[in-house]
Amino acid sequence: MENNSEKTMPGEAIAGEYKYGFSTDIDTDIIPKGLSEDVVRLISQKKGEPEWLLDFRLRAFHAWQQMSMPRWAHLDIPPIDYQDISYYAAPVKKEGPKSMDEVDPQLVETFNKLGISLEEQKKLSGVAVDAVMDSVSVKTTHRELLAEKGVIFCSFSEAVRDYPDLVRKYLGKIVPPTDNFFAALNSAVFSDGSFVYIPKGVRCPMELSTYFRINAQGTGQFERTLIIADEDAYVSYLEGCTAPMRDENQLHAAIVEIFVEDRAEVKYSTVQNWYAGDKEGRGGVYNFVTKRGICHHDAKLSWTQVETGSAITWKYPSCVLAGDNAVGEFYSVAVTNNRQQADTGTKMIHLGRNTRSTIVSKGISAGHSQNSYRGLVKMAPSAEGAHNYAQCDSLLLSDTCGAHTFPYIDVLNDTAVAEHEATTSKISEDQLFYCAQRGIGAEEAVGLIVNGYAKEVMNKLPMEFAVEAQKLLSISLEGSVG
Amino acid sequence: MDQNLLLNVCGLRAGIGDKEILRGIDLQVRPGEVHAIMGPNGSGKSTLAGVLAGDPRFTVYGGSATLGGVDLLALSPEDRSHEGLFLSFQYPVEIPGVSMVNFMRAAVNAKRRYLNLEPLSASEFLKMMRQKRAIVELDNKLASRSVNEGFSGGEKKRNEIFQMAVLEPRLAILDETDSGLDIDALRIVASGVNKLKTNQNATIVITHYQRLLDYIKPDVVHILYKGRIVHTAGPELALELEEKGYDWIKEQN
Repeated sequence: MENNSEKTMPGEAIAGEYKYGFSTDIDTDIIPKGLSEDVVRLISQKKGEPEWLLDFRLRAFHAWQQMSMPRWAHLDIPPIDYQDISYYAAPVKKEGPKSMDEVDPQLVETFNKLGISLEEQKKLSGVAVDAVMDSVSVKTTHRELLAEKGVIFCSFSEAVRDYPDLVRKYLGKIVPPTDNFFAALNSAVFSDGSFVYIPKGVRCPMELSTYFRINAQGTGQFERTLIIADEDAYVSYLEGCTAPMRDENQLHAAIVEIFVEDRAEVKYSTVQNWYAGDKEGRGGVYNFVTKRGICHHDAKLSWTQVETGSAITWKYPSCVLAGDNAVGEFYSVAVTNNRQQADTGTKMIHLGRNTRSTIVSKGISAGHSQNSYRGLVKMAPSAEGAHNYAQCDSLLLSDTCGAHTFPYIDVLNDTAVAEHEATTSKISEDQLFYCAQRGIGAEEAVGLIVNGYAKEVMNKLPMEFAVEAQKLLSISLEGSVG
Repeated sequence: MDQNLLLNVCGLRAGIGDKEILRGIDLQVRPGEVHAIMGPNGSGKSTLAGVLAGDPRFTVYGGSATLGGVDLLALSPEDRSHEGLFLSFQYPVEIPGVSMVNFMRAAVNAKRRYLNLEPLSASEFLKMMRQKRAIVELDNKLASRSVNEGFSGGEKKRNEIFQMAVLEPRLAILDETDSGLDIDALRIVASGVNKLKTNQNATIVITHYQRLLDYIKPDVVHILYKGRIVHTAGPELALELEEKGYDWIKEQN
């Protein structure tokens, strides 16, 4: 990791390219750098957690100490000094005659700049937002409306306080604290995140959304999301992420756990736009994320992700199809430009009979970036009649980038079927000239072609996000042609 | 300079890398005219079309080309398009995933932006698409498909003329638009071109055969050979070529 004693921001020249690159000058409670059992205890204490949660953290921490960073990904990860990171940062609540729900105007302003309005009365769209800055949730909107339906949507810390039994029942049950190096790290030091519970038979009346923002310098962000859709419930959940532009690398290691009970359905969409670093690969977020859900009988979990940010992305949103007839879906667009590296894909674990899964992965590589799809399709001996279809496409925009596909298929049941298709294509000079002759310049042409290429996945995003995500695709690839 | 010239090409020399293909082209086109450029294979017909449109594969060594007095060679390919130059490609390229509707909308609005006009609303645009489609008897389904993807040879050429109808160029260059067309498709394409003809615009028809010129009547016929225009005459020249072939040109030059 780079020396972060230098507090300079990257030059103005790139400021226009990543419009979320500003930082907010707000008082932040940051604990000293370093990771030890005492730090884990300190975090738990700051959050006033019950004993069982501290135990959970400590177990994870001790496991983590025995683990080493995974090296199997097609990623060149510089050494990370885990003692040079601060594991807890929280915007300080200013003193004053405020109610708990009132949010610092500076934070409201920050989220407004990001296009996230925390002022409910001004909100027209049917989206409830949980805004997470650095380590803590600063505001969850629309809570009362959701409560009428019995839907719980709050920060993780509040859930621990208000619904400890629910949290305890599900926490770590699909991503165990010892699952992998980064999951163990998160389980030890996670600070906040979002909690969602949809009661039996309830269709959540609006989109739920968490907006993650890294602000403080020299910190990592370790949030946890826990979503439970009880029997016959439905929820669509969105996640957005941005960070300031900084010369140093920032570590983000999150966990998302999703429980989809019988006949329930969860749609989980991500637009990930963490700061990607500059053209030479200086700075940017290291995004090491573990996302997994379990589907019981006739349940459905659908992951949609548009990944444009981060210097390094390591993430495999997965579905454990435990119940009969369960359905898993993974739709992904991963864009890498300049020196970005992504190793992303999914795992579809078929346990139940007649379980079905679909994987559509669209990789777009430009500049000197490296973009890999890595996926596992596993049909257990019990997965009678299971079916998977996987399609992995790569689009190359330069001669210096790389696109790789690592599909693992493991079929242990004779009646199960796994299909895999893959294509690689390149935007040709001929296509660009054809567009130019019709008056469409190279940047716009690439945008059209890329959005056309990614359409199948973009169509899976909720409307509110689709337009933004389309713009994001074009912006991420600016300057990659010509 | 003749104020009435739409296209004025003088001494244009161009090629690929060091390989000179056009060796001093002179060509003057006035509004309302149809010019045919004929010639044997490899004489530089498609190169001329490409160079005028700004195909980056070609390098210009010398000479000039203006469209309505504007220096074409100084403009990017997209700005040449905005200035009213249209090239109907011999081999229209497929652009998977980009629907014709989105493609044309981007093209129309890029031109409007260039001309400092507001973008067309969705309803105005779709109405225009409907009108223009009729000119080349293109059905609705074709317009919602990806650009040229899975189109038959005839559909691709009709699609080119459809785009020409939408963009309303001042100068259209049709590069071997007749190649690969059966007689019905040829008639539809030619009739489309004729419908779009006004006394303000002009068309250059590049073709190997006389056949297309039965449907699109040229005012002037040029013969391009070894990178030069070696012969210019009226429509009767095309008939003469049909009869005698290109050998007498080769002998003379």
